[in-house]
Amino acid sequence: MTIIKGYKRPDGSVGIRNHVLLMPTVICSNQVVNRIGQQVSGTVAIPHQHGCSQVGKDKERTHQVLVGMGKNPNVGAVLIISLGCEVMNAEQIRNEIMETGKPVIWLDIQDEGGTIKTIQKGIEAAKELVKQVQDVPRVDIELSELIVGVKCGGSDATSGLCSNPALGKASDLLVSENGTIVMGETTEIIGAEHILAEKAVSAEVHHKLFDCIRNFEKEIDRMGVDMRGGNPSPGNIEGGLSTIEEKSLGCISKAGSSSLKGVVEYAEPIKGKGFYFMDSPGNDIECVSGMAAAGVHLVCFTTGVGTPTGNPIIPVIKITGNERTAKRMEDNIDIDTSAVLQGKETLEQAGERIFDEIVSVASGSLTKAEVLGHQEFSINRIGISL
Amino acid sequence: MAAYDFNSEMSSIVLDRKDNVATLLRDVKAGENITYTFEGKLQTLMVKSDIRFGHKVALYPIPKGERILKYGESIGAATEFIDRGEHVHVHNIEGIRGRGDARIQKEVKNS
Repeated sequence: MTIIKGYKRPDGSVGIRNHVLLMPTVICSNQVVNRIGQQVSGTVAIPHQHGCSQVGKDKERTHQVLVGMGKNPNVGAVLIISLGCEVMNAEQIRNEIMETGKPVIWLDIQDEGGTIKTIQKGIEAAKELVKQVQDVPRVDIELSELIVGVKCGGSDATSGLCSNPALGKASDLLVSENGTIVMGETTEIIGAEHILAEKAVSAEVHHKLFDCIRNFEKEIDRMGVDMRGGNPSPGNIEGGLSTIEEKSLGCISKAGSSSLKGVVEYAEPIKGKGFYFMDSPGNDIECVSGMAAAGVHLVCFTTGVGTPTGNPIIPVIKITGNERTAKRMEDNIDIDTSAVLQGKETLEQAGERIFDEIVSVASGSLTKAEVLGHQEFSINRIGISL
Repeated sequence: MAAYDFNSEMSSIVLDRKDNVATLLRDVKAGENITYTFEGKLQTLMVKSDIRFGHKVALYPIPKGERILKYGESIGAATEFIDRGEHVHVHNIEGIRGRGDARIQKEVKNS
């Protein structure tokens, strides 16, 4: 049984980071949130484009992502900044996050009387929250508590040859310790769904997976376009990937060989142990943000051509199988698995190195994305702006 | 998907015995002989153009419309005849899935 050092939250959940989250409920609050973040260290901000002119499922999705970010156990306390007239219901967001027992403060720009007054009060509030969470100690936690997202972005041919299958070995090690793996990217299982569906634990899970694909392909059909050029992207094509099917067949190995326990919606909390699939776009930032909102603690992210992706609240470990990328983008790459391609390391050995890095990062080691301040965040939208 | 082994001596890899393409493990020049193992035996193949690391090369002549197989699975279809040793990529193969444009083409044809 592997032990990590994490934070116990009042509701019994455990986190591996101890952030104070600054959350705008709507784009109109971004500037106020950013100014507070600049003044108070120990905080992370999630400026975004949404929160108003939204209805139905699209509105619910933004609400769920904001609540999920607040509830994620990597967050110790939350400061919510609303404008006052937006579609998002700030009071409801606050109440749902407060169910976790963590400190939450809510300020409204129209109630406070404008930008300057809200920034002033927000700085005071953020400072208080940082003081409240700073004394939470790191304690021993079983690795089985960990929920790890597996994701690939900026793929090339090496992704399918070594970084994804090596990550798959690490995924198997995690699941063997009763941990949890979440794979997203509905787009990037197109052409490989029959292989993934064979792993489904029930007919229901099997059907749910095919439903995700069908709905996505319906959208592509409605748009009347060839996916190629959007996904695989120009960079993927440059790297040798010719079609979405080829990319997908290289993608799915990152989840390892475990049975597929369930299919969840974008940002839907993961409630069980083992391997889950999240219906999400392949877009790196939207997918990782959806994972963070679903309660994922950290993401293992393979890349062929190299990408700096991080997240405000969850560490993102960058893994490549491309030796040139490992050297050229050393700033951004945490693990190089290219020795596998030269026959100098086995996939199992590379997988063990990834597993060790997961344990180390879960216990507090910083990823390169964290050191460099990469905090990309974006919310997937499924409706039009009104 | 069959298991495969990497070997530093090889310049390309065939991932499954059903495959009709190999993936290059280094940049190669036109006229160069590349090596790969197939069912445990060393094979060589002359490539017809400069092809970059990570890109694919045809192992056999592939007729137009035939499926391209990698990992033992279909990754698309040939849009023209592809000769043994030719670069296999977006210029001569297309995806079968995610093709909303196929609906539009059909509509134009029927109108």
